[in-house]
Amino acid sequence: MALLEVKDLKMYYQTLRGQVKAVDSVSFEIEKGKALGIAGESGCGKSSMAITVLRLLPGNGHILGGEVRMDGLDLLSMSEEAFRKAIRWSRISMIFQGAMNALNPVHRVGNQIVEAILTHEDVSRQEAVDRARRLLDMVGISPRRFNDYPHEFSGGMKQRAVIAMALACNPDLVIADEPTTALDVMVQAQVLRAIQDLREKLALSMMLITHDLSVIAQTCDDVAIMYAGRIVEYGTATEVYKKPLHPYSMGLVSAFPNIAADKSPVRSVPGFPPNLVSPPEGCRFHPRCPLADDRCKTEEPASIEVGGNHHSVACHKVDVTAGGIDIWV
Amino acid sequence: MGVVATGEQAAGAWTGDVVLRVVDLVKHFPIRRGLIQSLRGGPVPAVRAVDGISFDVRKGEIFGVVGESGCGKTTMGRTILRLIEPQSGHILFEGRDLLALPSNEMKRLRRKMQIVFQDPYESMNPRLDVYRIISEPLRIQGVVKDGHEAVDLVSQALVDVEMTPPEEYIYRYPHELSGGQRQRIAVARALVLNPDFIVADEPVSMLDVSIRGEILNLMLRLAKEKGVTFVYITHDLATARHICDRIGVMYLGKMVEEGNTEDIVKFPLHPYTRALLNAVLIPDPSKRGLQSVMAGEVPNPVNPPSGCRLHPRCPVMKDICREKEPEIIERERGHKVACHFA
Repeated sequence: MALLEVKDLKMYYQTLRGQVKAVDSVSFEIEKGKALGIAGESGCGKSSMAITVLRLLPGNGHILGGEVRMDGLDLLSMSEEAFRKAIRWSRISMIFQGAMNALNPVHRVGNQIVEAILTHEDVSRQEAVDRARRLLDMVGISPRRFNDYPHEFSGGMKQRAVIAMALACNPDLVIADEPTTALDVMVQAQVLRAIQDLREKLALSMMLITHDLSVIAQTCDDVAIMYAGRIVEYGTATEVYKKPLHPYSMGLVSAFPNIAADKSPVRSVPGFPPNLVSPPEGCRFHPRCPLADDRCKTEEPASIEVGGNHHSVACHKVDVTAGGIDIWV
Repeated sequence: MGVVATGEQAAGAWTGDVVLRVVDLVKHFPIRRGLIQSLRGGPVPAVRAVDGISFDVRKGEIFGVVGESGCGKTTMGRTILRLIEPQSGHILFEGRDLLALPSNEMKRLRRKMQIVFQDPYESMNPRLDVYRIISEPLRIQGVVKDGHEAVDLVSQALVDVEMTPPEEYIYRYPHELSGGQRQRIAVARALVLNPDFIVADEPVSMLDVSIRGEILNLMLRLAKEKGVTFVYITHDLATARHICDRIGVMYLGKMVEEGNTEDIVKFPLHPYTRALLNAVLIPDPSKRGLQSVMAGEVPNPVNPPSGCRLHPRCPVMKDICREKEPEIIERERGHKVACHFA
């Protein structure tokens, strides 16, 4: 059984303009110790999905269907009280987007981690302090800096401190929402390296959300490509990078300059993501898709499995894309 | 490169296709001291953002300036347009020393020199529509006589950045546009005066990766088809490699390596350039390379390390690196490096 199973999950925001279909029938699984990368443009619903799993939705966000199970346990039907006690932070924790601003500027960094431990576990303060020092050490920050304030840390150190906080209660699964987006290349590589080492050491599972496919390529086992609230392609990272089958994934993969390969033209996916209040009929990608025909405009493609390794794709034109043609010239 | 005393001397070895020559550019930002410290005297501490940088940019090329945050690349970019006044050095644009120009002539020259800022959300006035944003330089420079002429030029600039048909966008406001479209507006604003030279300061770092290609390819096209010269400032060697003809690598206010793009990417000579290349993430799961990441962060530019500024982080450091600062020397044709062991 997978550690986390998400099935047909639907979460809509109620707004004055209508329902925003941020997460619309999304299904995926994360095995123990594995990392799943979720890739997509801004506004495709990837962050909404993360806060749905952790049940941190704002007042206007409603889960309208589907299941989220952890070790078979139904997380959506639990009471908030039980979820907070048994799941949030102790089993699933999160590294938030813009984590550098997630630290409270008027509290010492170490104490903020201690606070996270004491809120969720029944341990003495001294034990919590000891563990916080170990956590800082684990993410590569000297425990001597326990009493520093966030402004005394550099951007990369703040990010590491937030990672330490996410690990405070020994979770099984960490959701990392754009953990390195605001960081410089060098610091980004250092932070990803730290995350990678910790995952190996602690056998952590991870769900990593980013718009940057190269981050997923370097850290994840599986990848799900999201577009307009749906997963359009899903499979092992190796397979999706080598042979993307959805036109959108093909565009994303070729949008990355690869410094290790010969120089090749960088593509872009023209246009922008649709408004999720009234997404396009049929395949949601059809207005931007160079292969779209009449069927794509009316009939929504179901996700079908292609080849082994649970590689699946939702596109009517798979027979064309599987031919390996270059559609984004 | 030797020290050049005057602007005229610096212009001495002027070759035809060089558009911009920067010679020993220095910009230090003094730090405010408290009363007690200032009474104690001593030199005023300063952030040494740009600390003696020289390079040439040739006509129609894209010159990449690459480095981590805090290496002084943005300050350098603004200084060469005189948006920030440097302490010393020379900036020669088409053979004239910008720092010696009176302000009215500098203003006239600005028609030829433009900038695209990093953040497309903060670099435009939200209360102006696209027409007013793009036509503002025209009004400031007194280029157009009436509104009709301005509409034509603005439309042309929109066509140049592939925002067609222009009528559809010209009266929109920034909040009605996506990030990529805003950045195109920022490029159109820089293009409307038909400049020869544009400083592009991290123009794609705030954009989603799927649309970065559009802006990069646009710059490439402007350089190759219209002969516009660019200085492209970025922390990302992968995008720099894609569009730049030559690349300069900066560390703590100094240029540490400079050369043709493929030389820099394939045969880097400086340990810092190698570290930057290692830090670039490769979008290929079969080539994972996070093992050899350089540790540490850019030190405080108020008190840069002695000798070679990289020495506390450098994997090949020896005693000499602590004591003696390496000069930037041409090792191979067109490939310069500042390292004792390159």
